[in-house]
Amino acid sequence: MDLTAEKITTRPFDAEAIRKEFPILQREMNGKPLVFLDSAASSQKPRAVIEALDHYYEHLNANVHRGVYQLSQEATNAHEHGREVARRFINAASTKEILFTRGTTEGINLVAQCYGRKYLSAGDEILISAMEHHSNIVPWQMVAEQTGAKLTVIPVTEKGELDMEAFHQLLNKRTKIVSIVHVSNTLGTINPVKEIIDAAHAIDVPVLVDGAQATPHMRADVQALDADFYVFSGHKIFGPTGIGLLYGKEAWLEAMPPYHGGGEMIKTVTFEKTTYNELPFKYEAGTPDISGSIAMGVAMDYIDAIGYEAIQRHEQDLLDYATGQLNNIQGIRFIGEAEQKASVISFLIDGTHPYDVGTLLDKLGIAVRTGHHCTQPLMDQYGIPGTVRASFAVYNNREDVDRLVAGVERAARMLR
Amino acid sequence: MEINRIQDEIIDEFSFFEDWMEKYEYIIDLGKGLPLIDASKKDKEHLIKGCQSQVWLDAREEQGKIQFTADSDAVITKGIIALLIRVLSQQQAKDIAESDLYFIDKIGLKEHLSPTRSNGLVSMVKQMKLYALAFQHKT
Repeated sequence: MDLTAEKITTRPFDAEAIRKEFPILQREMNGKPLVFLDSAASSQKPRAVIEALDHYYEHLNANVHRGVYQLSQEATNAHEHGREVARRFINAASTKEILFTRGTTEGINLVAQCYGRKYLSAGDEILISAMEHHSNIVPWQMVAEQTGAKLTVIPVTEKGELDMEAFHQLLNKRTKIVSIVHVSNTLGTINPVKEIIDAAHAIDVPVLVDGAQATPHMRADVQALDADFYVFSGHKIFGPTGIGLLYGKEAWLEAMPPYHGGGEMIKTVTFEKTTYNELPFKYEAGTPDISGSIAMGVAMDYIDAIGYEAIQRHEQDLLDYATGQLNNIQGIRFIGEAEQKASVISFLIDGTHPYDVGTLLDKLGIAVRTGHHCTQPLMDQYGIPGTVRASFAVYNNREDVDRLVAGVERAARMLR
Repeated sequence: MEINRIQDEIIDEFSFFEDWMEKYEYIIDLGKGLPLIDASKKDKEHLIKGCQSQVWLDAREEQGKIQFTADSDAVITKGIIALLIRVLSQQQAKDIAESDLYFIDKIGLKEHLSPTRSNGLVSMVKQMKLYALAFQHKT
């Protein structure tokens, strides 16, 4: 198995062949073939990614960056190749700007603490939006408490879009950072992050983009966006759990203090003073998730081989088809009807509770997410306890949609 | 113990259901039944907040026995509450505190009482036992 191939071969789009590459989709749930519609929470893994994890532990396992022996060298090469794949995947200028994390949440916490403790003080403002995931709210609240800064919040319209007029008013010279979600996990809304970044940069305010829900569906070109920080998770883009990525502009990463202390992140240590390692290692204390970085790279290559354009076409077809079919169900209410949407559908059925619908769908072998989706402030705004959310990935098909629609109809009949 | 007699009764009733549909239809019917709690008790003080569904619980002591009333915004959760109340309400505090609720597992609804499900039911059972302990030590 060659884990350090430099070139990606693109392939013709074959939805059924792709579906077959995800072994878990052969499973049955409650005696019925699994319909997996919760990829926005975590995607399933293609065989190539599973094999990469196996391959690492069977052939390459050794600690990285410090062994003089060949096995450690090979592990290091594969690990650092994962970083190079990630650099190419998001079009970063340098691998110095690619930090491995445990996921989106850790990436946001890292920036909130490292940026916040150095640049935030009393009276400063952190600008977020009302559609943020809790993981892009709580880390900022924590650093706000430490520094005396405060959160300001861009409102969301009834359709589920950012109120951009309000954004431009809220952005002011007290704003010290903007942290915004690229694609909403609850609503599917694709936000105009480029417009937000340009406006913030016009008054020298850096922007963090939470790309956890964007990267499964679209290219995150960090240079084209001009994002200062961009974070996402491996497990949502067909990679393993426990690995994610934080992109940061080199200038910011150089200027900020490190996050965690320990091995790997140091140059010299005495009891009086420690000097830190160079980028990206300065932020990567401890033994990294080596199999994770390798397998995430394989997942990124997997996406690039299929191509985001083909993925988007397929997902858009499923989104349109599902929206149309679900719309025929009496009493359905969609939450999130933005013009620009990823393949995520949140809905409620009149006279039913999301928990009840989700429980009955599970009995029919259909996996959806129910609840507030870690966006409680957004649920409060709509005055609802939560939604039923179906999210689609490249391995889903129209049959999955048909099973969902039939399942929701059946659940509604039982519950009403 | 009375509590176990009722549990066995429920297990026996559920054994007649042929498939999950019949079982859930029954639970949904239970859930759709009369309100299980006085409307005035559906306030913050009686609320047990779960991620998935919410539960309200009230307890009072009458002639040495504890009477529970409860409700939920989700009908399946409410149906299970109806079963829990059938088992635990109108019982001695000591019996409630020491009870082992094996019937949930036996009737195939264990998943609804899993700590990770976060529908408020696990916290509700815990709260019922805490009430029982409190009443027990009061007397």
